[in-house]
Amino acid sequence: MDAKDILGLPKTPLSITQEKKSRPQKDSQRKPDGISREVYALTGGVAPLMPSIDVSQLKRRPPSDEKITWQWLPFTSSARKDNLQLYHWVRVVNGVPPTGDYSFAKYNKSVDVIRYTDEEYEKHLTDPKWTKEETDQLFDLCERFDLRFIIIADRFPTPRTVEELKDRYYSVSRTILVARAPSPGEVAGHPLVKEPYNVTQEIERKRALSMVLSQTKHQERKDAEVLAEAKRIAESRMAARAAEEPDLPIASDIGPESAERAVGPGDTISPSNVQVPAPAAAPSTSLRVYLRTYALEQMVQAASSSAGLRTIKRVEQTLQDLEVNLKPKVPTKAVCAEHLELRKEILTLLNLQKQLQYKEAEGSSFRDGSYGDMPGSAKRSQRAADQDRTFVLDTISFGVIPGDRGVKREQKRKGPGRASETSSSPAGAHKRPRKMKASDL
Amino acid sequence: MPQTVTEAQVVDGGSASKPQRIIKLGKTTDDSDKKSANRRVKDVELCVPIVYGTIAFYLGRKASESQSHKWTVYVRGATNEDLGAVIKHVVFQLHPSFNNPTRVVESPPFELSECGWGEFEIGISLFFHSDVCDKKLDLFHFLKLYPEDESGPQSTKKPVVMESYNEIVFPEPSECFFARVQNHPAIHVPRLPAGFSLPAPVENMNDRGRGDTKDHPLSQWFMNFSEADELLKLASARQQVQAHIVKLRRELSVTDGMLQPLKPASSYECI
Repeated sequence: MDAKDILGLPKTPLSITQEKKSRPQKDSQRKPDGISREVYALTGGVAPLMPSIDVSQLKRRPPSDEKITWQWLPFTSSARKDNLQLYHWVRVVNGVPPTGDYSFAKYNKSVDVIRYTDEEYEKHLTDPKWTKEETDQLFDLCERFDLRFIIIADRFPTPRTVEELKDRYYSVSRTILVARAPSPGEVAGHPLVKEPYNVTQEIERKRALSMVLSQTKHQERKDAEVLAEAKRIAESRMAARAAEEPDLPIASDIGPESAERAVGPGDTISPSNVQVPAPAAAPSTSLRVYLRTYALEQMVQAASSSAGLRTIKRVEQTLQDLEVNLKPKVPTKAVCAEHLELRKEILTLLNLQKQLQYKEAEGSSFRDGSYGDMPGSAKRSQRAADQDRTFVLDTISFGVIPGDRGVKREQKRKGPGRASETSSSPAGAHKRPRKMKASDL
Repeated sequence: MPQTVTEAQVVDGGSASKPQRIIKLGKTTDDSDKKSANRRVKDVELCVPIVYGTIAFYLGRKASESQSHKWTVYVRGATNEDLGAVIKHVVFQLHPSFNNPTRVVESPPFELSECGWGEFEIGISLFFHSDVCDKKLDLFHFLKLYPEDESGPQSTKKPVVMESYNEIVFPEPSECFFARVQNHPAIHVPRLPAGFSLPAPVENMNDRGRGDTKDHPLSQWFMNFSEADELLKLASARQQVQAHIVKLRRELSVTDGMLQPLKPASSYECI
């Protein structure tokens, strides 16, 4: 009633209930049977629209031909080994206390941890990584803690990983089982024997799980994308394969062969791994016949797929500066492989230059600030960086002046020596036309 | 000259470790010919180096304007060996202004001569024998009649030669093809992996040598394609690039070190 006041609701009951007989109305105003007034008020002071409990049923008592009392009695539990006597309230019927074990004793389950004898240990269970003492301790803890290995690992006196403990326990149990069994066939069905514990797999599994758990949202999204992409590729490949004949050649002999041939013409620098990436080779190797130049084009495209147009142009510029044909004139297998590798190396070179430039940009802003404690090295690094920058810029163009064949050859001869020349003299001493500006790097 | 010496015997196949696997396609019928044609030699690719192009002669001032040049378009083996073992016929697609612009050459040497005045792109379609490949391969070549150097009158003695080198690659040749051309000089068989059991070589064709271009009347104009030059150039270029990469990597590590000024020198971390 007070609630209604607070809420400002009308005091008259709802119209539906008004349609009922006046009895509910009367009931609401006097104390109803069966439940106390306060409880009734909790429901809003009116009868529920659909009476869920028949009020007159509420206080019905069971046929009381029995005499029930409650008594404070002692009891024992079969789960306890120590004969401790506790007391609790017991429902006594007609003076007869209930019989039977403590009702919760049946929940006292424990694991059957195998106990081995010393002879058995000597015979089957010796292990270089485990002393008998440790193994005994392990089994003792296992029994105490019901194979809760996390706790066991925590309580174990010497530091051991959970996987090591598990491995030792399971292998020992397994060996004992097999040793004690009258015939191997009998224990073959035992889960310990059927599925042995695999330590490495477990370690790997846990590591992978933790990685997945610690993935950021960003990584999750990326993984999902990659998987979707892979699925699409696999499906398109299946479709293509189903359309063609079902055999798949793999030109994996490109790599080792061309490496051997490349060593022939005096290439003394250890060639970087001359391996044609398999996915790049896929488009041309699913054909029955193709031209070497076509394959090379595909692979060049694949290799530079991640690079922007500007980078590709710079690669081509570099190739021209090095006097290498953009498309080989004699496209043999070896030549194509070398060409591809050269392109990749040029890409690496350009990336490194970009990195270096960024680092130096970082460094210069840094250097202007806090280099008070290392004056000598700061000056040195500045000079070195400047010199090297010049060197880098000059070598990009390899000193080639376009259109002038005579000068070109001369510059080319100077090639290897030029490096030392440049770095020894400070920047600006050489007035050589530079095709590439510093900003381009 | 390109290194297209074929070695008939199996050399130490130390390079690759995959044993030869022959896989069967389709149904296994009793027809043994069909079977061998369907079986493919895995992990081996046959390579046929070819040169194709045109040679054009100026016919002099006496020739008519519309027939000012006599030119020949051809496809030949890079070492002038007979391509007939691989190619069944070649179709040259000429400019529509020619009579019957689609010319089929059924036997080696695969060439075609014509007279004309105009430069255009010639389509060359290679059709292979049935056991080689059932798809044709298309090439294109621009017919060049007029020399680069436009100074002075054209010579009737010296032709304008435009040749392109390329290699036809058969990634998984059929056993039949492989057996047939194992010892053929026009086809380059790579070093075979260890444990490779070669299919028995077939007798060489009787009229071998008739389709080659070694004594071709135009052979004096054929260009020499040496992969050695290109390889040398590539190797030297790679050397230069690699040297720069090393230098840059060193510089990068130096710069990285410089960016940690607050750490004392003793705990300098080198990348």
